[in-house]
Amino acid sequence: MEKEIALELRHITKTFGSVVANKDVDLTLYKGEILAILGENGSGKTTLMNMISGIYTPDDGQIFVNGEEAFINSPKDAFTYRIGMIHQHFKLVDVFSAAENIVLGVKDGTKFNMRDYTKRITEITEKYGFRIDLQKKIHEMSVSEKQTVEILKVLYRGADILILDEPTAVLTPQETSKLFDVLRKMREDGKSIIIITHKMHEVMSISDRVAIIRRGEHIATVETAKTDENALTEMMVGKKVSLNIHRSEPENPVDRLIVSGLSAKNSEGVPVLDNVSFTARSGEILGIAGIAGSGQRELLEAIAGLYRLDGGDITYNDPASGKAENLRDKTPIQIRDLGVRLSFVPEDRLGMGLVGNMDIIDNMMLRSYKSGKSAFLDRKPSRELSDRLVTGLEVVTPSITTPVRKLSGGNVQKILVGREISSSPTVLMAAYPVRGLDINSSYTIYNLLNKQKESGVAVIFVGEDLDVLVELCDRIIVINGGRDRGRQAHDKGRNRTADDEG
Amino acid sequence: MLTFITSAIRFGMSLLCGSTGETITEKSGHLNLGIPGVMCVGAASGCLATSKYMAAVGGLTGKSFPVIFFCILLSILACLIGGALMGLIYSFLTVSLGANQNVTGLALTTFGVGVSSMMVAKTRDFVLASRYFTASLPFARSLGWFGELFLSYGVLIYISIAIAIAASIILTRTRLGLQLRAVGESPATADAAGINVKAYRYGATCVGCSIAALGGFIYIMDNLEGNWEYTIDSIGWLAVALVIFTVWKPVIGIFGSIIFGALYICSPFISLSSFSNLTLNQMLAVKDLIKILPYVVTILVLVITSIRNKRENQAPAGLGVNYYREDR
Repeated sequence: MEKEIALELRHITKTFGSVVANKDVDLTLYKGEILAILGENGSGKTTLMNMISGIYTPDDGQIFVNGEEAFINSPKDAFTYRIGMIHQHFKLVDVFSAAENIVLGVKDGTKFNMRDYTKRITEITEKYGFRIDLQKKIHEMSVSEKQTVEILKVLYRGADILILDEPTAVLTPQETSKLFDVLRKMREDGKSIIIITHKMHEVMSISDRVAIIRRGEHIATVETAKTDENALTEMMVGKKVSLNIHRSEPENPVDRLIVSGLSAKNSEGVPVLDNVSFTARSGEILGIAGIAGSGQRELLEAIAGLYRLDGGDITYNDPASGKAENLRDKTPIQIRDLGVRLSFVPEDRLGMGLVGNMDIIDNMMLRSYKSGKSAFLDRKPSRELSDRLVTGLEVVTPSITTPVRKLSGGNVQKILVGREISSSPTVLMAAYPVRGLDINSSYTIYNLLNKQKESGVAVIFVGEDLDVLVELCDRIIVINGGRDRGRQAHDKGRNRTADDEG
Repeated sequence: MLTFITSAIRFGMSLLCGSTGETITEKSGHLNLGIPGVMCVGAASGCLATSKYMAAVGGLTGKSFPVIFFCILLSILACLIGGALMGLIYSFLTVSLGANQNVTGLALTTFGVGVSSMMVAKTRDFVLASRYFTASLPFARSLGWFGELFLSYGVLIYISIAIAIAASIILTRTRLGLQLRAVGESPATADAAGINVKAYRYGATCVGCSIAALGGFIYIMDNLEGNWEYTIDSIGWLAVALVIFTVWKPVIGIFGSIIFGALYICSPFISLSSFSNLTLNQMLAVKDLIKILPYVVTILVLVITSIRNKRENQAPAGLGVNYYREDR
């Protein structure tokens, strides 16, 4: 059967200043297919998609929609060509209901009547099997519900071509599979879908074809059925990559951090930690598994002295003095000075630890501004450190004086994790350090953690991907709870220890 | 008691216009602290138009209804235009030039107070004209307390209530209102949805300032019955406080403004005999203390709404922040 072409890109080039984001990219999207776009962080996938959806205009090249050349200069233009994009960062008005957000900005000449609109949206939700309460306010919604609203927004505007930029980065596996069901229904309906994702197994399960972008250039488009994860990774990175994490045996581990019976309540009085106990040993990676939001954040913050505890003890065996200290008596700065470091990558990535408007050097100084005797800042050590990080971790940035917010997500994370490691900690807590990272960057981070472990640091790694946890960690504890929200979860934060995995 | 209530309503309506105007402006994401200045300029423009017109037709006494009607219309129009021009200055500085909203607003207040006193330098007496602005329906007095309470006011009072109700309907029930609120809550979202953020901010600010300007005019022409006083800006600050009190809802503003009005003017109505053991200076101090009650109430409302922490009752999320389309 001859397949109809929905969208075609020819020789698309885009540069930002001296940085070439896309170079001579050709891409074809057929009607009724799901095309996955694969590429490392900062390889220009999002830029390319932004050109299709009208946020950027290409410097050179042509875009064809349904065989005719299209000139897309704004998101509005994109909608007239029935192209809609779901961005990584949701663009929703918090105090509006789902329905209000969906109809916002639509000028269809009809009378303004929310009831009619709601009826039309319901037709769409029933057709594709979305489950959502249209009257619910956005600020009361979970991330996946917000994403549903974004998708509905695009469908309501009659889009036939949908572009999803890393839709699964913020979803649980269950939510992801629900999303994929919806996407498959759309495909059956004849819609064309472009999806950007870093997760290989998702690429394999959802897509019909895969386009690989490397350093802004289109490498190849292959049929998913005729390829495998290793081949794709190789094309993406440009060299053979071993997907195995080398895990060395821990060398004479010593109990470094003993946590016993931690309990805490959040501001609403709901228990978030309930009698959590574990031991982190030097030269080991301790994994903390569990669905996001089961108390991991509170646990790590409690150790770092940032979260108020109701009960329990945190004993730290100081390798320098050999003394045992109770961290509960210490201030966050004292804890930090003991060598207990926290690097937490929140869902919005920039929220904790880095200041978006400051450059890399100044972000390094956030950790060191108190050192030195002069009244003036000494930027030199931070500058050297920034240079080391940028070269060592292959951070893609125009310069070390670029504001951090202008970097792509993966590069921001490398800087965050790199800064904490650079302070030569004795306990390193890394929460979701690979969130949203491509496979190559992820392995760079895993290797960093491994190196820390080998140098005798007690590493605590909080992750979502169970496969990675099993590969990387020496021991794993599971934090349980939060599965059904709203109910009083008594077992929230209770842990089971699965000692000596693997 | 009835006089107290009607006075409170009359005084409250100048506040209502000010706060309705500021609410519309704030819904677009502009924290316009220039409202006191805008109200000064509005009052001066309106009054100036009235006296110029009266000079041109040789006084209003004994003139036919169309002449008087046209006088009122023209004055209101001049007042609205005066306010809109102030809004235009504000929008140009903040939207087009990207100036800080707070600084721009405060500068506009200082500017407005000065300009208005320059505008009315020649005449400060609009008592003759005021009679026509405060004229109520002829049969109102004959209807007893009902007429006194509902029908005894000048045309400006009814206009301000109508504006508040219309503003409320537009904000909550129409596409225009939805899009305006989106601009104030999240300009980036509105922009992505194809709404012209700049146009909405310019428009809402100019319309809002026009309405606020009318509040200043009401204060001079109705409340003070044409006697110009340099106290308009203090009414302006009260109007800004009223916006918070009404949790950004013009309909609540109708009642809120009457409460504020009552609190503000209640001191002359309180019998001084209850303070007979105080000296005269102490009595005056007590009266001044009573005058701050509206602000105390506003602080209480702020405390209560933040304790209840309901997102719908908070200021627009984009308030006070200028919007630039993200450029890489």
